[in-house]
Amino acid sequence: MRLTMTHLRQLEAESIHIIREVAAESANPVMLYSIGKDSSVMLRLALKAFYPARPPFPLLHIDTTWKFREMIAFRDRMTAEYGVDLLVHVNEEGIRQGINPFTHGSALYTDVMKTEGLKQALDKYKFDTAFGGARRDEEKSRAKERVFSFRSAGHRWDPKNQRPELWNLYNTHVGSGESIRVFPLSNWTELDIWQYIYMERIPIVPLYFAKVRPVVERAGMLILLDDDRLVLKPDEQMQMKSVRFRTLGCYPLTGAIESAAATLPDIIREMLLTKTSERQGRLIDHDQAGSMEKKKQEGYF
Amino acid sequence: MSHRPDLIVSDINAYLESQEEKGMLRFITCGSVDDGKSTLIGRLLWDSKLIFEDQMAALEADSKRIGTQNGAVDYALLLDGLQAEREQGITIDVAYRFFSTEKRKFIVADTPGHEQYTRNMITGASTAHVAVILIDARKGVLTQTRRHSFLVSLVGIRHVVLAINKMDLVGFDASRFHAIREEYVAFSTGLGLNDITAIPISALQGDNVLLHSGHTPWYNGPTLMEYLETVNIVDETAAQPFRMPVQWINRPDLDFRGFCGTIASGHVKPGDSLMVAASGTMSRVARIVTMDGDLGEAQAGQSITLTLEDEVDISRGDLLVDPRARPEQADQFEAHLVWMHEERLLPGRRYLLKCCASTVTAQISTLKYKINVNTLKHEPAKTLELNEVGVCNLALGKAIAADPYRLNRTTGGFILMDRFTNATVGAGMIDFPLRRATNIHWQAQQVTRELRSELMGQHPCVIWLTGLSGSGKSTIADALELKLSALGKHTMLLDGDNIRHGLNKDLGFTDADRVENIRRIGEVAKLMTDAGLIVITAFISPYCAERDMVRQLLPEGDFIEVYLNTSLEECERRDVKGLYKKARLGQLPNFTGISAPYEPPASAELVIDTASTGVEHAVESILQLLNVPA
Repeated sequence: MRLTMTHLRQLEAESIHIIREVAAESANPVMLYSIGKDSSVMLRLALKAFYPARPPFPLLHIDTTWKFREMIAFRDRMTAEYGVDLLVHVNEEGIRQGINPFTHGSALYTDVMKTEGLKQALDKYKFDTAFGGARRDEEKSRAKERVFSFRSAGHRWDPKNQRPELWNLYNTHVGSGESIRVFPLSNWTELDIWQYIYMERIPIVPLYFAKVRPVVERAGMLILLDDDRLVLKPDEQMQMKSVRFRTLGCYPLTGAIESAAATLPDIIREMLLTKTSERQGRLIDHDQAGSMEKKKQEGYF
Repeated sequence: MSHRPDLIVSDINAYLESQEEKGMLRFITCGSVDDGKSTLIGRLLWDSKLIFEDQMAALEADSKRIGTQNGAVDYALLLDGLQAEREQGITIDVAYRFFSTEKRKFIVADTPGHEQYTRNMITGASTAHVAVILIDARKGVLTQTRRHSFLVSLVGIRHVVLAINKMDLVGFDASRFHAIREEYVAFSTGLGLNDITAIPISALQGDNVLLHSGHTPWYNGPTLMEYLETVNIVDETAAQPFRMPVQWINRPDLDFRGFCGTIASGHVKPGDSLMVAASGTMSRVARIVTMDGDLGEAQAGQSITLTLEDEVDISRGDLLVDPRARPEQADQFEAHLVWMHEERLLPGRRYLLKCCASTVTAQISTLKYKINVNTLKHEPAKTLELNEVGVCNLALGKAIAADPYRLNRTTGGFILMDRFTNATVGAGMIDFPLRRATNIHWQAQQVTRELRSELMGQHPCVIWLTGLSGSGKSTIADALELKLSALGKHTMLLDGDNIRHGLNKDLGFTDADRVENIRRIGEVAKLMTDAGLIVITAFISPYCAERDMVRQLLPEGDFIEVYLNTSLEECERRDVKGLYKKARLGQLPNFTGISAPYEPPASAELVIDTASTGVEHAVESILQLLNVPA
């Protein structure tokens, strides 16, 4: 047999270890499921961790009601196929206030529908540990994030009050009202994720693959006309373009890229030869340097 | 951002397949402030083409705004993560960076170089295979270099790169390089570091980082990247005896019982004999189950699920081992301990110790000495402060199976956690088990606690009064004992001042002494309840942890915590013994409420406010709690 494990198998084994540790030690864990490619990998790892049993925790999707329609269809198909429990939470208060990405701007909208929605759901079900699919390579402030990220009561992240993590020994203890966000994909890079999806043939939302789709150019981004809630301004025009998405979120805030990459190897090739980093497709990061750090302190993943 | 753009363009599938065979290397970089550590890592990321155009644009803007290279690209800025740190210009935590080449994926633990950094370095080094120790060629081997090397050896890293940096500033002088290398090797062999590779580099200019430098024709060794890509880390753990901590029991139905875990060392295949380390029970491996099909063999690092041929009682925390190399089972160990928390170590306090999947209580029974990380000298110590390293004996609440850390980093490493704040306060490396404990057995006695209690016609318990000095503990304790005696109960009153005149006269009022004070009183109180007595204690006992330690000593329900919740103002107004006055004048150090903390109980059985409750009434409420008719 081979004497060294390949990097993907090592990453896989470490993630499985982390997921099992949470299941064994946490009172009430949940896995946040955002439907994106990282979530797809995380779900696959959870299935592997407990095979032949099912994962002993539910999935939680914070639905802002503005996700791409194909994401929701994919979510329902996958959870049915794998037989995992899915909880869907919507911030009804935000809905009542009519919060939407067009009139309220990305910052307020994201805060209410995503960050607040997440806190509500965690409080409602009293989850003490929540898995998230974030990776350390996504953004500078994440390079120092722990695998087990401790949140005080009120879900606040205090960078000065995090626990040292040694070896593969994780401190999972929390006091009442406190919680932990666990990131099993911390040490994966975007390229690792794609290679693993390729190697394991993991299904992903079709929006990742290029196809001719109706889009409009707005604020320098190509926005998909996913439903009739997106109303064209007088100077805007619908265009049919071959596009795909590098990240998935709320459709009015997620920019498409023009691409002809219709298969997984094509996507990976395009990614390897590309010149811009992944998060540039997200409106939310553009406000200022260090914005992710602020978001995290407020409880956003 | 690619390594083989030609192949990616021409045959992406072939490229992807080649990438699936890639290995992984974790390393740590150690250096002092200004050694050029961040510049080096930034350079590695840059040269492996992992920097995107948008990041590059941001880097150029940042370099002009806050850079330290007079407006030229400052690679160090790629690394500083958190906003506050960026402004202070120092990194204060462990950051993990990723890059990959054709041959390997790399995870770099980047730890800051300033004084207070043992905690971070130990953390980053705990998972590393290789340490890159930076030396400024102008300065040579410094105190910090010795410290970093000691910590590297402590945490069990076997491969060291001595990156002698800023060679451009010493004119790429070969004799300078050789002198530093020789000095370092002479010093580090004493630490047991044997595999040392010295490389002359300039992180800023790129010499010998990726490509061989034209400035160092006298150097024939590998570049830093060549070293990192090829250093042989064929895991020593794979060659060692089999160990797998059981992390999770997989029971989807009555027919399947699997034991999940990550293999800590060695190999396993179906048919192998395995032993449960704690019980000595044997069985054979039936299957190695994964979602991708059963495996014919598995090795260290893999996360698997085993089924066994026999029905064996196994639970989380058990260690499955090769029966030919069973680890020691002990409840006392000698260990190196690194203290990681602002609140110092309190010998005598019970912490939680996590080793593999076992969590047990643990006390530092003896702190033998601490090690000065700069001089490596042993120094006497009563406690360990943040970032201090010591050697101690540990007494665990329950025996665990473990290996010496030098043999197995997984089954020999542990963390200590505070039981109340849940903070991770220490990291330890087991040196060896202590056998003493196995030779002291509990003497079985024919007259039991229950029998004594029956003869006395009462249920023994401890009524533990806690509160500030002057809250009324002694007064209420005295009145309570009088009342109980009148009711024909057999009692004993342990009072703070009286005990300190005798049993505990060697103890002062430091945190450590307070902990030991309460530990002894707890043990005495327990012996007295074994004798059948109702024990009343009157001690300030300021810490939750110690009160709870006494609670754990006794059967459930037999520890009755009574909190005299009297405000500091009220206690100070009473000041029966004139102590507050002295404390306010600074004549009494470590005085609870003034210069030392008091932690009120979170769930006392009874809370009495003595400002509004008289002594008699207080005694009555305690009697009610005891179910003794007054």
